[in-house]
Amino acid sequence: MLTNWPILSTVIFLPLVGALFILVLRGSDEAANRNARYIALWTTIITFAISLLIWRDFDPTTAAFQFVEKRDWISGTITYHVGVDGISMLFVILTTFLMPLCILASWQAIETRVREYMIAFLMLETLMIGVFCALDLVVFYLFFEGGLIPMFIIIGVWGGARRVYASFKFFLYTLLGSVLMLLAIMAMYWQAGTTDIPTLIAYPGFSESMQFWLWLAFFASFAVKMPMWPVHTWLPDAHVEAPTAGSVILAGVLLKMGGYGFLRFSIPMFPLASADLAPLVFALSVIAIIYTSLVAFAQEDIKKLIAYSSVAHMGFVTMGIFTMTVQGVQGGIFQMLSHGIVSGALFLCVGVIYDRMHTREIAAYGGLADRMPLYAFAFMVFTMANVGLPGTSGFVGEFLALTGAFKVNSWVALFATTAIILSAAYALWLYRRVIFGKLEKPSLQGMFDLTPREVAIMAPLVVLTIFFGVYPKPIMDVTAASVDKLIADYNQDVAAAGRARLAEAEVR
Amino acid sequence: MMSDALLQYAPLVPEIFLAIAAILLLMYGVFGGDRPSETVGWLAILTLVATGALIAGQTFATAQLFDGALVIDPFARFMKILILIGSGFAILLSFDYLRDAKILKFEYPVLILLCTLGMMLMASSNNLISLYLSLELQSLAIYVLAAFRRDHVLSSEAGLKYFVLGALSSGILLYGCSLVYGFTGTTSFAGIVAALQGAERSVGLVFGLVFVLTGIAFKLSAVPFHMWTPDVYQGAPTPVTAFMSAAPKVAAFAMLIRTVLDAFPGVAADWQQIIIALSVASMTLGSFAAIGQRNIKRLMAYSSIGHVGYALVGLAPGTPEGVQGVMIYAAIYVAMTLGAFACILAMKRDGELVENIADLSGLSRHQPLLAFMFAMILFSMAGIPPVAGFFAKWYVFAAAIKADLYWLAVVGVVTSVIGAFYYLAVIAKMYFEEPAPAFEPMPAKLAFVLGVTGLFTLLYFVAPSPLVTAAESAARSLF
Repeated sequence: MLTNWPILSTVIFLPLVGALFILVLRGSDEAANRNARYIALWTTIITFAISLLIWRDFDPTTAAFQFVEKRDWISGTITYHVGVDGISMLFVILTTFLMPLCILASWQAIETRVREYMIAFLMLETLMIGVFCALDLVVFYLFFEGGLIPMFIIIGVWGGARRVYASFKFFLYTLLGSVLMLLAIMAMYWQAGTTDIPTLIAYPGFSESMQFWLWLAFFASFAVKMPMWPVHTWLPDAHVEAPTAGSVILAGVLLKMGGYGFLRFSIPMFPLASADLAPLVFALSVIAIIYTSLVAFAQEDIKKLIAYSSVAHMGFVTMGIFTMTVQGVQGGIFQMLSHGIVSGALFLCVGVIYDRMHTREIAAYGGLADRMPLYAFAFMVFTMANVGLPGTSGFVGEFLALTGAFKVNSWVALFATTAIILSAAYALWLYRRVIFGKLEKPSLQGMFDLTPREVAIMAPLVVLTIFFGVYPKPIMDVTAASVDKLIADYNQDVAAAGRARLAEAEVR
Repeated sequence: MMSDALLQYAPLVPEIFLAIAAILLLMYGVFGGDRPSETVGWLAILTLVATGALIAGQTFATAQLFDGALVIDPFARFMKILILIGSGFAILLSFDYLRDAKILKFEYPVLILLCTLGMMLMASSNNLISLYLSLELQSLAIYVLAAFRRDHVLSSEAGLKYFVLGALSSGILLYGCSLVYGFTGTTSFAGIVAALQGAERSVGLVFGLVFVLTGIAFKLSAVPFHMWTPDVYQGAPTPVTAFMSAAPKVAAFAMLIRTVLDAFPGVAADWQQIIIALSVASMTLGSFAAIGQRNIKRLMAYSSIGHVGYALVGLAPGTPEGVQGVMIYAAIYVAMTLGAFACILAMKRDGELVENIADLSGLSRHQPLLAFMFAMILFSMAGIPPVAGFFAKWYVFAAAIKADLYWLAVVGVVTSVIGAFYYLAVIAKMYFEEPAPAFEPMPAKLAFVLGVTGLFTLLYFVAPSPLVTAAESAARSLF
């Protein structure tokens, strides 16, 4: 392998090159649309293939950043600095993995303004990968916020009936959270003199009170993105109105940026504030888990139900991360990756029947197992994974997160565990009403099973869901070193602060 | 002997050249026969380019002229280049409009040249007298320009309104100057600094300061001295609005920055609270009042009020970082505004300009490139990365944070989120709604302006350094 080949920048900007190709496409509408689809598909597949090289060459024994690139950007102070470690690398893979599936899922569902659609998705891919690779706060913010633009367009142009409302809500909610983080980034810049993430992680100079405010400002952004209760209300709207592929990306990747942010910034940079405010996160997480699970029961709309279940699952992630135990954090990361696959897959499942029936009402379906056995099978696997059935990837993350929580606070674990029952209830209830029962409705008589294209979308997701459920080792191996270092540094910082406080008390 | 006496004016060559060129063009227009108007326009652009080259060619760091009444330093040069860019593009934007409105007269570019001369002197004035004179040279030209479409009732109204209110604000400014003179005994900025040193600051001087700042705030259209802006923006011919919203704002900022930093550093605490109050009021009103607008030019008026508020955030700390931020903001603002007005001037249906936001419905279907550029400029105005407007906001807010003005920065970002709503509403019109009848194809001159400014806005993030370093060294010359 070429050692100085900038592989991360290639992966980040390759989709943009594809978007430029589509931009210069000429020709009649039909031909241009077909070409746009193929260019987008091949671009995303090639990007995925290259990103797999990152995994192949990744050294899991070290917690240091790898594949690092650093270039001068703004007059010596801010650098274009990218790299991955065990925490971020898999999110890059997750993004590149989901993108070709999204393009495939949009193959026939999107008929109007195909070129613009593909350009928006490819731009979005660049920005998402950039978020996980950025090693400079300003670069991170640029990618993080830049993603709002294509997603706003995707929801607003190709969305459902209330798309305009949903796109505005999505944009403004997220923006309001992020601008506070922006101010925190500025404050850190003046305090530490740099926005370089590795330097800031090692920077000891933030006082406890400053950490408190910085933590809150970052929390404002990530809590909205995550989303955590009570700032989750944009998510059901955005999910319901977005086109299928938009929902997949929202649930699969964009939500993960919140959790990733906690791991990359909040805990390592503000360990003392994280320790002080962990109970707040626990409380919000447990409320989110129980409350949104209950809300999911009441939904009539399949996508909305899955959206609320996403909020509940993200509650497990935040809970796991802020246990600051190796199990909890590992579980949080695993849950995020698994949820990226499973919830993405669930939205794709909804997309399959939506494309045929053009409704997402649960009541409009029933008895699909008769006419769509393959579909029923795929949907079942993902439902089970969503519930957290052992043997699926959903189980591993939830179990680890709960183990971590139990170590820290058994009450948190207790309440969170009840929600597993609730999630089983609503997920199975949804499955029963859509798939089982008698196929009575005349409108459903014409339903046909998965097409080869849809099988091609579902098959890898089914395989991965089960594979990582029974053999999570590949993921754990990658994250282990980085998580160990994260926790060790955190414990060291908190212990040092505790000793300092003790010494101060003795002096008095 | 003679040459020495002349040589001392060498730093002023760009201004002298511009003044002579303006007068020559005026004479050419009068005596040049039948239809020299368009030629005069192109020659005016050429003059502006040449003036810019003369400024760029100046090698000395700082020079003072006329007993310190004018100062030419890197800060002035930076702002003058921006002013020239703004004026040049504004002339380029006006040709097609003026021809269609049958007012393609040679006076138009000449007035812009004279106005530009006034603005350049504003950026250099270092004395209350020269400040007032240069401001009036600029204002008088704009009064006429605003009413340039004489047979059009809205345009005449705009000109009259701007003239009456502008004269009032000039009076206030002049009264402030006389108070400052009365309490310090001098009109030169250096003299005022010296008079304030060691002495107890008098209430009278603060009164003078308040009146001076009020007069300048009027030119900047900072709240609460913004009342004229929406009406004048809407009523004036659109290219004049484009001109007014770009270069004169830069000039007013240059004048404000130099006045508070060079004349009144001794009473920084007093002017800072005025600036902060203006800033908060402008940001808030700019973002809330724009929401209900139906007319795109009125929307741009409120948008420019908001932008003035954000730029003032950078001035509030009175630090080099802050001034650098204001300068970067001004540069990016000029590009965004000119680009936006190029789009607005392209909103033409059946030979008539249309101005309602609703007319933009579904623009992305008919003219995807125009819609895309306009959308990017609007995202930039909202301050969304990675487009240029984000960097503008970054530098001013960062300066506020450094000076511990946390709450001001918080107000700023929150209002920018509120402001994002109306920018998004325009983008949503263009992208999410069913198409209205198509506009006429965009004229080449407009497309050129939009191309240059739009690409600058869109691709600024690729190479942000040159502007940042230029603003940094220019800002340092004031401290």
